[in-house]
Amino acid sequence: MAYSNLAREVFQQEVNNLREAGLFKEERHIHAPQDAEIEVEFPAGSSLKRVINMCANNYLGLSNNPEVIGAAKDGLNQYGYGMSSVRFICGTQNIHRELEKRLTEFLGTEDTLLFPSCMDANAGVFEAILNDQDVMIADRLVHASIVDGMRLCNAMRDTFKHSDMGHLEEKLQDHQDKRYRIIITDGVFSMDGDLARLDEIVELAEKYDSMVFVDDSHASGFIGKTGRGTHEHCGVLGKIDLITTTLGKALGGASGGCVSGRTELVELCRQRARPYLFSNAVAPMIITGALKVFELISGSTERRDKLEENTIYWRRLLTEVGFDLKKGESPIVPVMLYNAKLAQDMARDLYAEGIYAIGFFFPVVPRGQARIRTQLSAAHEKHHLDKALEAFVKVGKKFDILGKSKKEIIAKYGM
Amino acid sequence: MDDMKQVILDYVKREYLEEDDDTEIDESTPLITGGIVDSFSMVSLKRFLEKKYGIQIPDADASPQVFDTVNNIVVLVNRYLEK
Repeated sequence: MAYSNLAREVFQQEVNNLREAGLFKEERHIHAPQDAEIEVEFPAGSSLKRVINMCANNYLGLSNNPEVIGAAKDGLNQYGYGMSSVRFICGTQNIHRELEKRLTEFLGTEDTLLFPSCMDANAGVFEAILNDQDVMIADRLVHASIVDGMRLCNAMRDTFKHSDMGHLEEKLQDHQDKRYRIIITDGVFSMDGDLARLDEIVELAEKYDSMVFVDDSHASGFIGKTGRGTHEHCGVLGKIDLITTTLGKALGGASGGCVSGRTELVELCRQRARPYLFSNAVAPMIITGALKVFELISGSTERRDKLEENTIYWRRLLTEVGFDLKKGESPIVPVMLYNAKLAQDMARDLYAEGIYAIGFFFPVVPRGQARIRTQLSAAHEKHHLDKALEAFVKVGKKFDILGKSKKEIIAKYGM
Repeated sequence: MDDMKQVILDYVKREYLEEDDDTEIDESTPLITGGIVDSFSMVSLKRFLEKKYGIQIPDADASPQVFDTVNNIVVLVNRYLEK
C-alpha cells in the first residue's frame, strides 16, 4: 500500500505537533445564515449557543440580505446552477461580462476580470504581467495570498516596512535599474485595520516611475465616501494601476474576486493568469447576487454610513473602558493583548459570555503582537455592541488589563 | 566585534526593526527562526550583501538556515569573498 502505516503515523505526528504548538485550527459549525447573531455548535457535538458575531467580514450586512438572495435565486432559475467550464472555453455568460463592467465602473478603473476568489486573483496577477527584469516592492504586512502570488512570479521581490514611506522611497531609488517597478499594498490591512497611505504611495510612484497595486478586499463597498475603496478615501481614484478585490466580504460575502485596472494588464491576466485559465467560471447565481449588491450600494450609502457609525461607536466604547486598541478608522478594530495565551484565553472567555471574536498570534501576526480582532458590520445594532462591551469589560477585569498600557500588559503576561 | 559583523548587524537593525522596536539583537540572535526577519523579506539582505561585498550568492545558498544569524552570514560572505 502506497499510504503505509508509517506514512500515516508521520502525518498524524505533524497534526499532533500543530496541536501541541497551539496552532491547530478548529472549525466552529454555524447552524444559521451569516448575521450579527449566529447559532454555533462548538465544540463539535455540543448544544447550540447563540452568540454575537464580531469576526465576520460581513461589513455591509449583505450576506443574508433578502434582495440579494432573491436575485441569486433568479439567477439560478434563469442561468442554471453551474457552467461546467472554465471561462475561455464555454463558461462566460453575458452576466459575467455585465458584472465585470459594473465592477470597472464602481472601482473607477479601465477593465475587470473575475476570478474564483481574490486569493486566486492575487496568485495569478503578478506572474501574468511581470518578468525577471522587473521588481515587486511589497508592504511587509500584505495578505498571505499576495505573498503566494509574488512567490509564483520570477520578478525580483523586495519589501518595505509597514506603511513606511521613507523606506519605500529608498527601495524605489534602489531599483531604478529595473524595467518596471510595482508597489504592492493592501488598501486596508486585515490584521491591523489601518489604511494604506495611497495618496503618498501614488506620489512616490509618479516620482520614481512605478506602478501601484492595491488589494482592497477589506475596503471595497464601504471605505471612501461612496464605498469605492481606499483609493476613493485617499483621493486617488483612477490612479491605481491594479486593484484586486473580493465579492466574499462586504459585497455579498459569497465568493469570487477580480483583477481590475489598466486595460492591457487585465487583458494579460485574461490571457495568462493560471487561476483564471484553469478554474471554473464563477457560478451564475453568485453573479446575479453580486449585480444586486451593486444596485443596492449604488442607490444608497446607508449601509456604509451605518457601518462607519458602528465603528466609531465601538472604538469609543472600548477606548473609554481602557482597552489598548490599534489606531485606525476601518471596521477592523484590534484589541491589543501582546501575549498569545492571553489572547486565546480572553477569546475563550468572551465566547462563554456570548461574544464570538478570535484571538490572533504569531505567526498570523508578528511575535509579541497578539490581539483579539473585532470586526464591525452594518448588521450590528447598538444593543449588540453594548452587550459585547459588557462581556469585554467583564473579561478585561478578570485578566486585569483595563486601563493598562502596552508596557504594563507585557510586564504582567510577557510577550 | 569586527567590521563586517557590525556592518551586517547595523543593516539588519535598520532594515528589519521598527523605530519603536527595542528588541536587542546581536551576531548570534536567530533572525528568521526568531521571527525578526521573515523569509520573504530576506531578499533585501541578500541584495545588500551582494552589493556591499561585490559577490553573487546563488539562491540555493541563500537558505533561511544560512541567513539565520549574523555569524552564519559572515561565514557565507567570507566564503564567497575567497572564491
